[in-house]
Amino acid sequence: MENEICIKAESLDLFYGDFQALKNVNLEVAEREITAFIGPSGCGKSTLLRCFNRMNDLIEGCKIAGKIFVDGRDIHENTDVNLLRKEVGMVFQKPNVFPMSIYDNIAFGPRTHGVKGRKNLDPIVVESLKRANIWDEAKDRLNKSALGLSGGQQQRVCIARALAVQPKILLMDEPTSALDPISTGKIEELCEELKKQYTIVIVTHNMQQAARISDKTGFFLLGEMLEFGDSSQVFSSPKNEKCEKYITGRFG
Amino acid sequence: MAVRQDKTAPLPQKARKLSGRHRAPYTFLKIISFVCAGIAVAALIGIIVFILIRGVPHLSLDFIFGENTAAHPTLVPGLIGTAYLVMIGAGVAIPIGILTAIYLSEYAGKGKVVRIIRLAIETLAAIPSIVYGLFGYIVFVLLFGWGYTLLGGGLTVSIMILPTIIRSVEESLLSVPSIYREGSHALGASKVRTIFSVVLPNAAGGIVTAVILAIGRIISESAVFILTIGMLQNGIPRSPTDPGTSLALNVYYFASDWPELSAATAVVLLVLVVGLNLLATGVGKLIKRDRQ
Ligand SMILES: Nc1ncnc2c1ncn2[C@@H]1O[C@H](COP(=O)(O)OP(=O)(O)OP(=O)(O)O)[C@@H](O)[C@H]1O
Ligand SMILES: [Mg+2]
Repeated sequence: MENEICIKAESLDLFYGDFQALKNVNLEVAEREITAFIGPSGCGKSTLLRCFNRMNDLIEGCKIAGKIFVDGRDIHENTDVNLLRKEVGMVFQKPNVFPMSIYDNIAFGPRTHGVKGRKNLDPIVVESLKRANIWDEAKDRLNKSALGLSGGQQQRVCIARALAVQPKILLMDEPTSALDPISTGKIEELCEELKKQYTIVIVTHNMQQAARISDKTGFFLLGEMLEFGDSSQVFSSPKNEKCEKYITGRFG
Repeated sequence: MAVRQDKTAPLPQKARKLSGRHRAPYTFLKIISFVCAGIAVAALIGIIVFILIRGVPHLSLDFIFGENTAAHPTLVPGLIGTAYLVMIGAGVAIPIGILTAIYLSEYAGKGKVVRIIRLAIETLAAIPSIVYGLFGYIVFVLLFGWGYTLLGGGLTVSIMILPTIIRSVEESLLSVPSIYREGSHALGASKVRTIFSVVLPNAAGGIVTAVILAIGRIISESAVFILTIGMLQNGIPRSPTDPGTSLALNVYYFASDWPELSAATAVVLLVLVVGLNLLATGVGKLIKRDRQ
């Protein structure tokens, strides 16, 4: 059974000033799947990911041509960017918990979108922390600063914080690259759990990780998507020669 | 023990020569820099001790808070004048300074206009304070026809401290890591919410420090006020549109006829400004630690 298309990019070009970072990218991301982006450093993976929640809007001199649809809606037309970002959550490479309590971190998003009062916030905080598998470690220190947690715990708090605004899609930009293997394992497990409810797009430099957890994989080189398909196929028999070289570690 | 023996053991001739030549400039630099640091500390201690010895014996509650007459001047007019100047100067400069800094760090980007604004701020900071005083004199005293007023002095000094406030607040805003801003935006928070809930709280320590230091600068300013507020010792200002004097001006005013009162005033001024400086560092640190 094929899942519905959740994100669609159509002949997407992106420029940072004069530099073209994405070249004619066409892509469909299916609902409730994990889609992984791989490719050498600087090939535009993060850039593409940040297109989906329009984070590139924040970058001066960044121009986009082409179309992106989220749930069938063109995100550049008649879209409140803040509502788009509520629907499309993001987790960053470096855990970026705010320097406030764990509770306030998780409640930040809901408060932003108008949820008020502990009575309404408490269940959201608990639920989000549980979904992000950090509840057991955080429940006794909800009112303590989130900066006191380990890097891996912080990253799961960041995931919980993203979940607290009830997104449909989670974008993750190398979420485990700053973590040790055990924390990485926990986040990978979490991703598999989360994909039952959420659509996940993940950027990773870790080929095993992509192969382990993703359903689809896209390979990027110099701003172009050279290969896209089922992860099993991409990793066992890539069609693109450069992709094969990259996967087998014989690149460049 | 073994290490010690090694040190005293004679080095081979060549090695000793080499290391000696290498060490010499370092020792020299160390001595010179130590001497210079010593001069700085000695100057500070010298000034403080000198002022204290001269001033403290003449300090009294009566001198600070007593009734002010022509024959028996006290600090009351100066204290009230300084309070007005701080309220007006800081009251005008702090909100404008903070908002300008927010504009520059959060909204402006890197365009041409911003570069011009930055250049203007840098230039403003470099202008000598007596020139600000002249400007205030020409504009408020003469052009507006207000005469000498605390209001004119306060407004002039607010322009003078504006660039420093803008720069230091902007610096503390820029020191807030951009990953916090991104994290907030990624949750769907607007720019305004991001600034108020994430950026400003994280920059609070630096902003409070900047504010306190700005107040200190108003209290210690004199050139601006010589030309704008009238240095009126005989009479208590009733409103900002009255002329008046300030603590710093009192040091100057008393110097020729009552040198001992001048020194006593200097003690009060010193205590206030040093106290504010200590407060600034203390508060800044406290807020920083609180957030971790
Ligand atoms: N803000 C920016 N301004 C100008 N150029 C940028 C900016 N961000 C990225 N680039 C450029 O765009 C290209 C793609 O960058 P991007 O961050 O998307 O790469 P990436 O595939 O995520 O790399 P990595 O694996 O190292 O994270 C790079 O050449 C980079 O130098
Ligand atoms: Mg990247």
